[in-house]
Amino acid sequence: MDFTLKIWRQENANAKGRFETYKINDISPDCSFLEMLDILNESLVNKLSHPVCFDNDCREGICGMCGLYINGHPHGPDQAITTCQLHMRKFKDKETIVIEPWRAKPFPIIRDLVVDRTALDKIIQEGGYVSVTTGGIPDGNAIPIPKYKADQAMDSASCIGCGACVAACKNASAMLFVSAKVTQLSLLPQGKPESSIRVQKMVAKMDELGFGNCTNTYACEAECPKEIKCSNIAKMNREFLFAKVCTEENI
Amino acid sequence: MTTLNSKTPEGELSEKWTKYKASQKLVNPANKRKLDVIVVGTGLAGSSAAASLGALGFNVKIFCISDSPRRAHSIAAQGGINAAKNYQNDGDSVERLFYDTIKGGDYRAREANVYRLAEVSNSIIDQCVAQGVPFARDYSGMLDNRSFGGAQVSRTFYAKGQTGQQLLLGAYSALSKEIKAGTVKMYERREMMDLVLVDNQARGIITRNLQNGEIERWSAHAVVIATGGYGNVYFLSTNAMNCNGSAAIQCYKRGAYFANPCYVQIHPTCIPVHGEYQSKLTLMSESLRNDGRIWVPKKIEDAQAIREGRLKPTEIAEQDRDYYLERRYPAFGNLVPRDIASRAAKERCDAGYGVGAGFAVYLDFKTAIERLGRDKIHERYGNLFQMYEKIVDVDPYENPMMIYPAVHYTMGGLWVDYELQTTIPGLFATGEANFSDHGANRLGASALMQGLADGYFVLPYTMQNFLSDKIHQPRISVESQEFENAEKAVKEKIEKIISIKGEKTVDSLQRELGHIMWEYVGMGRNAENLKKAIPLLSDLRKKFWSNVRVVGDTTSMNPELEKAIRLADHIELAEVMAKDALQREESCGGHYREEFVTEEGEAKRDDENFKFVGVWEYKGEGQDPIMHKEELNYEFIKVQQRNYK
Repeated sequence: MDFTLKIWRQENANAKGRFETYKINDISPDCSFLEMLDILNESLVNKLSHPVCFDNDCREGICGMCGLYINGHPHGPDQAITTCQLHMRKFKDKETIVIEPWRAKPFPIIRDLVVDRTALDKIIQEGGYVSVTTGGIPDGNAIPIPKYKADQAMDSASCIGCGACVAACKNASAMLFVSAKVTQLSLLPQGKPESSIRVQKMVAKMDELGFGNCTNTYACEAECPKEIKCSNIAKMNREFLFAKVCTEENI
Repeated sequence: MTTLNSKTPEGELSEKWTKYKASQKLVNPANKRKLDVIVVGTGLAGSSAAASLGALGFNVKIFCISDSPRRAHSIAAQGGINAAKNYQNDGDSVERLFYDTIKGGDYRAREANVYRLAEVSNSIIDQCVAQGVPFARDYSGMLDNRSFGGAQVSRTFYAKGQTGQQLLLGAYSALSKEIKAGTVKMYERREMMDLVLVDNQARGIITRNLQNGEIERWSAHAVVIATGGYGNVYFLSTNAMNCNGSAAIQCYKRGAYFANPCYVQIHPTCIPVHGEYQSKLTLMSESLRNDGRIWVPKKIEDAQAIREGRLKPTEIAEQDRDYYLERRYPAFGNLVPRDIASRAAKERCDAGYGVGAGFAVYLDFKTAIERLGRDKIHERYGNLFQMYEKIVDVDPYENPMMIYPAVHYTMGGLWVDYELQTTIPGLFATGEANFSDHGANRLGASALMQGLADGYFVLPYTMQNFLSDKIHQPRISVESQEFENAEKAVKEKIEKIISIKGEKTVDSLQRELGHIMWEYVGMGRNAENLKKAIPLLSDLRKKFWSNVRVVGDTTSMNPELEKAIRLADHIELAEVMAKDALQREESCGGHYREEFVTEEGEAKRDDENFKFVGVWEYKGEGQDPIMHKEELNYEFIKVQQRNYK
């Protein structure tokens, strides 16, 4: 298959970015999207040009490192996958493919398609955990957890922190990301004691870092590679309201 | 010369760890604040160690190669984590987990370390539950278990097919809590370039900031290497793209001994290679062997017809299928350990019964779907089936999966004693980066167990024992001559690589390395091939240093340069792997020498001559490394021929 690629190139955070056009030919339909970029990069190195920088690591859809905005969609045209799981068979022969980085104020560009997503870690550091230290804890079966709750918590916990929800949102909101963690921990008895403080601190940090608010367009859910549901956001809003109105832990 | 003292405590096996903890030295809280620890790597082993040491009150700096600890490749572990809880009442115990792990490792691991691993395994599960890890539960609300290879009990705890992810996120959350508390400082997008020794003690590291190319110096009282394995020496492996053995190699070149480099685990259930452009291989969890049955056609002409596309696997009648694992190993069936399952697949394919392009076998869920229903299978393995379909474009509910063995894990690593300290004082190694617990073959669901055992429950004790002597040792400046020299050497190496401006791309040389290793130091090894590999690798090293092409500069983000630096280290490591494989004239675990097999075609160990750990000492550029031996004494276990029949 042959493609025309329009790729965002930018030397560093302060440089002016631009689209560059590349032609790439004889790509197997079984080739993954990132392998196609590997082939492009090897050809660029052969021509002594600087290869396109893009984040990637596990290449099996779990680490959340890769994230490209392809033809107007985070992680490209297919459903429920990350960029590394996208294959060229999902494109038409001779198609023009536009590749951009995640675009959101809290995600500054480092180079080309690589952005800095440490803002997401900073939100977790505000309270996305149960404050236990190592050791001195009861047996794993001491507190039974109903299966449906454990399963729901698992669904929320499957977020990979890739930031596609932020990239998909016109407000660059991180509500889906934050609510997935808030929901997971508030469903479990271990996370319950801190749930009021947690939701308030995480939301405050999210606002402080420049993420936008949610206006219920559900673009995040549509693009999430792990199919995290917007009902998490509803649960978080409920937690937040409850914390502000009904508890004495108002911060 | 450094002597190999494992420092295993005296006494009964079951009392060693308790006695160690009761007699080890401690550091009081006021002094802990004066002691600095560097942790390199943020996977399960690194994150759990940093979080636990930070919570104790030490000053911890942790270095992450990616933008976040959550990217570490522990995240990709699918199947589960072992523990001897015996919640199923199926006869499990610490002793049995210990025995299975030693046997699974083909009697090539140190008894005391493995026993301790089994002993602390239960605490890991409790710890993770307390962190909010959503393990699978049954309808009573109790923790659920599944079975894994090499065991006859159900002792594997899991969170769907994403256990590694959930455990890593648990460790990451503990780490995040300490970062917030200020006891741990996080440095992301940094790669370790060298280890700094002062008075023969590990006192710091040199890193490269991958965002802007800056070379940075860091000092501490002790350094922990938790950088994982070196499977990417083979180019194609199930390891993530950024996984590399560079940090371990730098330690080796600074004097830390490297143990059992030839022990590499080839995982039986990976998606087969499909093209020259392929960048990595994808694992299909071992847990699939709980319900999936592995087979190839019984008739060679059927296999040929399938390869030529004239026949579909679903058209082959039950009696014409060869469930070769069930046939050869009736007691364990499809759940034999990984090394055995891998070799059996290779044996069938080499004999002409392979499907796909010839190097694949079937993993079939037909029987399980008939027995349990499609929904149950979806609940158990949904994400794995989806992953398979996305890559191969075939629906595994309707057609059998095609799988083939691939490089997955390295049992070898930095040599460590009972305290997880290397031969360099103050340098510790944990998780896959050390060699300690898995012998010549690792059992499924034991990597997560070991990484977390080391980080949560071993290192916080043993490092304290070491650091208690250092309370009078002041913090040292990074302006000292030792740091100056180390930084200079790193900068010179990088300058040298970038100034070669040759004709070979890094990827092409990496593929060449992978080809040599898979062909000659792969699943089936023999003296003739290993002797061929050694000069080929030394030629490749020369080719790299004279003809590699790295574009771009050293002062901005440059992935080509990163890959080139790692490749230079991997070539050196590959040479030691080949030498170690050549000296080990026996078959054991993942190391299979075609000259040493029983009449039934099984691996033939030589306990009389090779019941030792092969420990390599670096002797300098262009010099042959020297091998030392740590004899393995089995006091408590009877060494037997491994039998899964």
